Amino acid sequence: MVVRHDADASKALLEQVNQALNSGTKLRIQGGNSKAFLGRKVEGEVLDTRVHCGIVSYDPTELVITARAGTPLVDLQAALDEAGQMLTCEPPHFAEDATVGGMLAAGLSGPRRPWSGAVRDLVLGTRVITGFGKHLRFGGEVMKNVAGYDVSRLMAGSLGCLGLVTEVSLKVLPKPRECVSLRFEVDVETALKNLAEWGQQPIPISAASYHDNALHLRLEGGEGSVASARERLSCELLDGDYWQQLNEHQLHFFRSETPLWRISVPNNTGVLALPGEQLIDWGGAQRWLKSDSDAQTIRRIVSEAGGHATCFTPGACDSPMPPLSAPLQRYHRQLKAQLDPQGIFNPGRMYPEV
Amino acid sequence: MSIVYDERVDGVLPKVDKAALLSELQARLPDLDVLHTEEDLKPYECDGLSMYRTTPMMVVLPEHIGQVETLLKICHQRQVPVVARGAGTGLSGGALPLEQGILLVMARFNKILEIDPAGRFARVQPGVRNLAISQAAAPYELYYAPDPSSQIACSIGGNVAENAGGVHCLKYGLTVHNLLKVEILTVEGERMTLGSDALDSPGFDLLALFTGSEGMLGIVTEVTVKLLPKPQVAKVLLASFDSVEKAGRAVGDIIAAGIIPGGLEMMDNLAIRAAEDFIHAGYPVDAEAILLCELDGVEADVHADCERVRQVLEAAGATEVRLARDEAERVRFWAGRKNAFPAVGRISPDYYCMDGTIPRRELPGVLKGIADFSEEYGLRVANVFHAGDGNMHPLILFDANQPGELERAEALGGKILELCVKVGGSITGEHGVGREKINQMCSQFNSDELTLFHAVKAAFDPSGLLNPGKNIPTLHRCAEFGSMHVHHGQLPFPELERF
Repeated sequence: MVVRHDADASKALLEQVNQALNSGTKLRIQGGNSKAFLGRKVEGEVLDTRVHCGIVSYDPTELVITARAGTPLVDLQAALDEAGQMLTCEPPHFAEDATVGGMLAAGLSGPRRPWSGAVRDLVLGTRVITGFGKHLRFGGEVMKNVAGYDVSRLMAGSLGCLGLVTEVSLKVLPKPRECVSLRFEVDVETALKNLAEWGQQPIPISAASYHDNALHLRLEGGEGSVASARERLSCELLDGDYWQQLNEHQLHFFRSETPLWRISVPNNTGVLALPGEQLIDWGGAQRWLKSDSDAQTIRRIVSEAGGHATCFTPGACDSPMPPLSAPLQRYHRQLKAQLDPQGIFNPGRMYPEV
Repeated sequence: MSIVYDERVDGVLPKVDKAALLSELQARLPDLDVLHTEEDLKPYECDGLSMYRTTPMMVVLPEHIGQVETLLKICHQRQVPVVARGAGTGLSGGALPLEQGILLVMARFNKILEIDPAGRFARVQPGVRNLAISQAAAPYELYYAPDPSSQIACSIGGNVAENAGGVHCLKYGLTVHNLLKVEILTVEGERMTLGSDALDSPGFDLLALFTGSEGMLGIVTEVTVKLLPKPQVAKVLLASFDSVEKAGRAVGDIIAAGIIPGGLEMMDNLAIRAAEDFIHAGYPVDAEAILLCELDGVEADVHADCERVRQVLEAAGATEVRLARDEAERVRFWAGRKNAFPAVGRISPDYYCMDGTIPRRELPGVLKGIADFSEEYGLRVANVFHAGDGNMHPLILFDANQPGELERAEALGGKILELCVKVGGSITGEHGVGREKINQMCSQFNSDELTLFHAVKAAFDPSGLLNPGKNIPTLHRCAEFGSMHVHHGQLPFPELERF
């Protein structure tokens, strides 16, 4: 793969979109294609964002980084790392060439999400090529901005169905001074009970997962708070690389041919009686399920618990994204029709109608 | 161009038969409180921005969601504009009524429906006051983080509509970061859930889109917010500077040291003196600027961070750094800042509060620009600044009884906001566009961007019945405002109607 750094290809992208609008061509937006498994299959001409790459501006004392959509996520994170900062949402890469635009469009967040927010929470501004063939700017590089509708955050997790994001400004934060990971052998009920209890206390937990009969915890913060929490929760230490392996689906659990489901539930949900094998993440709010069971069965159990289920294995389910209520479905259609009237951007990637 | 709804540039509103509407409401919703006489309507003519007043055609005060549902169905069928209002504390005229519309007051929905300490959420009705949520969560050592300075009075429904902020945003986020789920009624009176009880929800992030949409996309009927464990300890440092530039640089230095304070506020000399005179907070009245830096969290960390911040402040040239000795002094330090607006109100018959945001590095230049405008327009400006997140609140001092002063204050305010946009900032950080900043939207967004905003609106409210004339200007208004702006140079808005 050839990556041209710091190239402003927005004119070429705009031209491709305008040509598509003129000829009625559907576009399949693609960065590193590292999250191609997510959503439904799209037929269309490939629009490769990787030609449009590079960090546009980064001033660590402003806590903001702006990068073009095709910027490799590893490059962005390396720049932050050098300044002692990070993307608090810990986005998964799933492949070396994952891009910033793909991170935004997929909207997936890592183990720190319940404590530090999702990708959408970091978004401050975007530049977007719209379904009207215009290159526009929404939001900006400031922390607070309530002028107009929040189009930028709407783009996070929209799977490219509402427009082509060419550039994004993200809030970044300093890395914690101290980080320790721990492992406890406990049963799952005790683990979930403990997490509910600790969640109400000022303990600096920044990740919590459960599988293989053990609770895994990460503590992050100042030296004092981490040391005292570690003392209180005395148990064996865990290698910190564990969290990356969890985030990137490299743990043994994920090495399987069985369809993988992502289950999102309220954070105080107890043990879910789902057919298959589970891994609990996000302190209980996200569960990974390996199951051959049908979508209907899984979704019925999950929705009774107040959650929703997304299929992560391509082809395993006709409707990988969780179904919407009737009014939501109608407004999704109407929003798509308003912002992408010709339906050229990733048609059907999320739902058949958008 | 009038600031009250002007059909010529804001779009034609449907003509409403008031008598027919009233009799239908009385027939179909006999329990609904409807105000329709001049004297009953008067108290609702403005929100927290009292400069702008319009008497609504009718005010309704529902107590059950079913009433709101029926009301919206009737209004949709009859094509009656609806302006929603919570506690009416907004500072941008977002709840300014319409002469041809219904003012839908949601204040009676004031019940806390559920506090779940294990799930760390609170489910509340939209009229519940911001502070009441934290008070209800206090027995569990939990709280709701966003704390706009009106938190004693402002309602959570209004907070959602405005994406309200506060003094702790840099660390704890805005309203949008602290919501799980919002129940809304669409313009057609249909119930819809945005977000979920989980941390995310399927489909587009409509919860984010609706937050801060100023009542233009739907009516909030229930809100589920996240609760956080109360920080164990909070300490505040007060640093004095002999120049605002040095104070501004010190803010960047604190962040460069890897510290994110719970609150980081700056005040200039005029604001310091006004606050000190009013509150006796112990502020240094001869300092050109002060910084208030609050560090919160676990005791050991806060103690270490206080030392780090003290060193940074001293290295940045602070003339004095004081750590609040006890809780009483900490509260006093904050009281000065939190009462800065009323304090300025004591030294001037009227004041006009601005809400621009800027990248922090632009602070010295923007303060210089504000000082120049202040001289040019002959009005004093006190500066209060959420320094951590770049949100400025310049307070323009004027006397509405002096002919021309209100006009000059508004013109000066417009200049400040345009300067914020010019340096890469925004015309509003947390107060909203409402009616007040409708013209400045034309400076921040071009016509294609505004057209896209109108497309968003059309997806949810194609006939434009929800809060018409707020938030997003018509292209017609911008064309007129823009041309006026260029032609008249020094004196924008010369045709403004005055009250």
